[in-house]
Amino acid sequence: MAKRDSRTPVSQQPHTVEIPDDITTIGGTVTVEINEKKVSVPFGTTILEACKTNQIHIPTLCHHPDLCIAGTCRVCLVDVEGMRTLQTSCSFPITSPIKIKTTTPMVRKARRHIIDLLLSEHYGECYTCVRNNNCELQALAKEYGVDNFTFGHVDKPRFEIDRSSPSVIRDMNKCVLCKRCVRTCIDLQEVGVLEAINRGDKTHIGTFYDKALADVVCINCGQCINRCPTGALHANDPSDDIWAAIDDPTKHVVIQTAPSPRAAIGEEFGQPAGTSYTGELNTALRRIGFDKVFDTNFSADLTIMEEGTELLNRLKAVLVDKDESVKLPQFTSCSPGWIKYIEHFYPEYLDHLSTAKSPQQMFGAVIKTFYAKEADVKPEDIVTVALMPCSAKKFECNRPEMADSGFKDVDYGLTTREMAKMIKEAGIHLPEMPSTNFDDPFGDASGAGLIFGATGGVMEAALRTAYELVTGREVPFKNLKIEPCRGFQGVKQASVKLENCVEDYKFLEGADLKFIVAHGTANAKIVMEMLKRGELNDVHFIEIMACPGGCIGGGGQPIPTSEAIRTARAKAIYEEEESLPIRKSHENTHVKYLYEKFLTDGPCGHLSHKLLHTHYTKRGKFIS
Amino acid sequence: METIIKKTQRTGPVIFSEYTRGKAVRKAIEIGRNDILFELKDSGLKGRGGAGFPTATKWMLSAAANGEKKYIVCNADEGEPGTFKDRVLLLEYPELIFDGMVIAGFTIGAKEGIVYLRGEYEYMLKSLEDYLEEMRKDNLLGKNILGKDGFDFDITIRLGSGAYVCGEETALIESLEGNRGEPRNRPPYPVNTGFMGYPTVVNNVETLAVVPHIVLKGGGWFKQHGTDKSTGSKLFSVSGDCARPGVYELPWGIKISELLFIVRAENTKAVQIGGASGVCIPKSQFDRAFAYEDIATGGSIMIFNESRNMLKVLKNFMEFFVEESCGQCTPCRIGNLKLLEGVNKIESGDFTFGYINTLKELGKTMQVASKCGLGQSSPNPFISILENFKEEIFNSKNRNGGSNGKAR
Amino acid sequence: MLVFEKNALSEDIEEFILKFGAERSALLPILQSVQRKHKYVSDFAQQEIARLMNIHPVEVYSVISFYSFLHSNPQGRNIVRLCQTISCDMAGKIAVADAIKRELGINFGETTKDKRITLEYTNCVGMCDQGPAMIVNERVFTKLDPEKAVKILSEIK
Repeated sequence: MAKRDSRTPVSQQPHTVEIPDDITTIGGTVTVEINEKKVSVPFGTTILEACKTNQIHIPTLCHHPDLCIAGTCRVCLVDVEGMRTLQTSCSFPITSPIKIKTTTPMVRKARRHIIDLLLSEHYGECYTCVRNNNCELQALAKEYGVDNFTFGHVDKPRFEIDRSSPSVIRDMNKCVLCKRCVRTCIDLQEVGVLEAINRGDKTHIGTFYDKALADVVCINCGQCINRCPTGALHANDPSDDIWAAIDDPTKHVVIQTAPSPRAAIGEEFGQPAGTSYTGELNTALRRIGFDKVFDTNFSADLTIMEEGTELLNRLKAVLVDKDESVKLPQFTSCSPGWIKYIEHFYPEYLDHLSTAKSPQQMFGAVIKTFYAKEADVKPEDIVTVALMPCSAKKFECNRPEMADSGFKDVDYGLTTREMAKMIKEAGIHLPEMPSTNFDDPFGDASGAGLIFGATGGVMEAALRTAYELVTGREVPFKNLKIEPCRGFQGVKQASVKLENCVEDYKFLEGADLKFIVAHGTANAKIVMEMLKRGELNDVHFIEIMACPGGCIGGGGQPIPTSEAIRTARAKAIYEEEESLPIRKSHENTHVKYLYEKFLTDGPCGHLSHKLLHTHYTKRGKFIS
Repeated sequence: METIIKKTQRTGPVIFSEYTRGKAVRKAIEIGRNDILFELKDSGLKGRGGAGFPTATKWMLSAAANGEKKYIVCNADEGEPGTFKDRVLLLEYPELIFDGMVIAGFTIGAKEGIVYLRGEYEYMLKSLEDYLEEMRKDNLLGKNILGKDGFDFDITIRLGSGAYVCGEETALIESLEGNRGEPRNRPPYPVNTGFMGYPTVVNNVETLAVVPHIVLKGGGWFKQHGTDKSTGSKLFSVSGDCARPGVYELPWGIKISELLFIVRAENTKAVQIGGASGVCIPKSQFDRAFAYEDIATGGSIMIFNESRNMLKVLKNFMEFFVEESCGQCTPCRIGNLKLLEGVNKIESGDFTFGYINTLKELGKTMQVASKCGLGQSSPNPFISILENFKEEIFNSKNRNGGSNGKAR
Repeated sequence: MLVFEKNALSEDIEEFILKFGAERSALLPILQSVQRKHKYVSDFAQQEIARLMNIHPVEVYSVISFYSFLHSNPQGRNIVRLCQTISCDMAGKIAVADAIKRELGINFGETTKDKRITLEYTNCVGMCDQGPAMIVNERVFTKLDPEKAVKILSEIK
């Protein structure tokens, strides 16, 4: 795959030293002294890594495992013998047998001073902060026994809080200028909305001309929130409104829960990453007072039916009818961050997007129409809440076009973090809950819907259904596990051969169904540039998720995040999926029921188009 | 631009001695790389920007580094308050600087040289570019220089845009690369990973201007001047309370009192050596010498007479650093602000000695914890002025006595 | 901004990119060129530059905001920068500053109503031996006193 064109300054890229395969080779390892203990580490290891593998804790703030090195906060300073100044362990590569001391009086004093300095400029009180108890600055203050403000403390806010975005709120009064959000936005996601502005004491993180976030090309992915060490960035929390709806007896409050939050919400209750709490969550939500608890996996299955059918229709239109107005490859449309990304950065390719709404929005439309009728509730009395791993879902549900039921299809998008807070507020310790099922009529979903949570999941689910529709047989992968779709490689490309097709799909006989899976918008950019250069003319279907790792790494998920944590969450999803009785979307009985009773003209039929499909906006990237 | 002292009036053992354009380049080609490096090493020349890194070592490291391309960068971002020697060199001695760059390119195998000229000196751009054009005509730049096969070298001039920190070599490289002038992490060092990731030598204007003389006359000749550890001469930019401000070339080892005599300074109370980021020396120490082993300096000498208020001097310096810090690292960005606040507190009388001591401790942290030389040296005036002039500053009788300049 | 102005600006930028290249390392020369011609780099110009250089507008804005001599907002036709560093300060900067302020009727950091002059402080301009000094556009004036400074300003168009 194409290599990412990184604009990271050379010094901030990890120091690349070729590490020999066999590290016992002479020169492959370096023996250094850390606190007078000899340890051997591979050539080029940073002092921070070396200390970590030798159980020596070094505090960090601007360092993040997903991001390039900054070396700016200076909290991780250590003493290297022979050097005039202290060195940042995060950026210092070990290339010679140096002697390192991690807790000399000078090191401790320097760290304490730095923490004191940060605190002196950090406006806000911990107990009114969304990150109370999960704040890296607070943790540092505790670790270093800060009991007074040595260098004073700001008593007035210097910045107005930017609440313009429905997804991301920026309170620069709490910013410590670690630039993790900048590195996330520019390097990791390549959206490029945030950068350091001005210099000296006037330095702050801002947007183009310091405009409101809603007025620039932010895609609401919330990855910056996940990597912010403090409460400077947080999601727009609608939980007060949701509590009000729950407390209002005239309202019928329905919640749908996406697959990813279940695999991660345990982390908010002190559980290790990768523990699923599906059933426990259902119980907790009922105890909080939600009238119905539905499974977004149901509408994920519905999405597969619509989007898969759309793909087959497009293939037919292009291959058989030679309709040039129909575009291939088709892109998935489940990720609202990705949707806004393509609307801003590649508006000329919107025709490639599947018109199918995301599972969240399909569900909202179905709840306020079909379900309202079945349950005999007035749609205007229904409040639909969506528990999502995502901050962009908040923007999505507020799109003006998302009102096909005649009402606002989804009233509130709630993140995993906000849900955990509500559960705690209700006095519930989630891991102790008994397990219960989802409510009917949308209770049982297929495993295909569940794996939507990880990158490649939508593709895998779609292939399971599409292949079977076309050939009448199961996908030729052991235990339905389509391995080429799995894993965290940035851009994955593979194909499935279609043979012995059924009558309706004879036109696909012998074709290689080529697909691409990409996650993180930086990788989306790679794919789009390939498309632009005409290198993807033979590709049929492309899945793109805006967030690294897919939804399990979403901007609404518990903090912190790292590749290890995302891997654990993905594993939890895939494991739970294998244990499910139904693992193909088209076998979901509730979906079949919906098509029999309500969407009677079938997938991509007339009513489907009205309720389950949408259109997009050519936003462009010009900031006016 | 006219300077007070005319070029014809300048004399000095090295830089201000006679030189004809191209002469040293010719000699360099004759003697070859190894001999140049040998003479340079023998001369003991250290970087003249202030940090004092041995120039020969820098050249050898980058000569040995692997890279398809290499760069010679002339750091003409002279921004240290009180420094203007590069201005004189650029205006009056471009042959020394450019020949120095050509020799550096020849020695380390670089084909491209870049002059990073501070934005404030934009008025020199035209004359410098014209000068380069003349050198091209004389085949002192371009292809096969002076007939030496494969010796290609050319120089471009890039302008800064008003950021003091870009005088820091890695910030300068960042600026050349089109970024904010934020210093990089080291290692890796520019000699290995510099401009665009290629091995790069960044030398001060004055350092490069010395090189032709060393090549012509040898390292042995050079080290006859100065002291054992500080060889050769140094340009001093002298300003402030004296009758003859200007640029002087003097041998290393000269005493402060001797310099004050030369520039006709009277009633001198203090001398700030090394610019805002240097140290402030009181009268009692005027027998100290300018030398790497005593007071190392990039050459900025600011003279204060008895009428000056040292607290206001300090305040001017700290305001400068608060504004000119790049703002990326914590100790420098917030630390300088705290030191300035401390100065304001002293000025208003609203302080405790305990807190001032805490700030001095903070200053010491900044010296070892900041990312680059700016934050590492910005506490110097704070520490040295409060220490050396505590009588004046903390004695309440004196606090509002003295004034700076004619209007304050 | 009017359409024909935008087109002219776009042409300028394209020309500068042709001259300096579209690599990131050409950013400062391009910004300096736009600034020299238009006295500031407008939001439209910044986005044009970002588009043609394939970088994000906020990166351009960030770089401009870092450097004292680059501006993202309209400036006067002439930019006057008075050195505020200690040597010039001791040589009588304040008297000069007061005279300039009185003469122009504006404070430092402001632009005259007729857009003739933007007045700024700057740090050391390397004229410490001949202070007080100021830079008018690119020209340097030294050994100022209030009368001399006022006279220089009155001659600026």
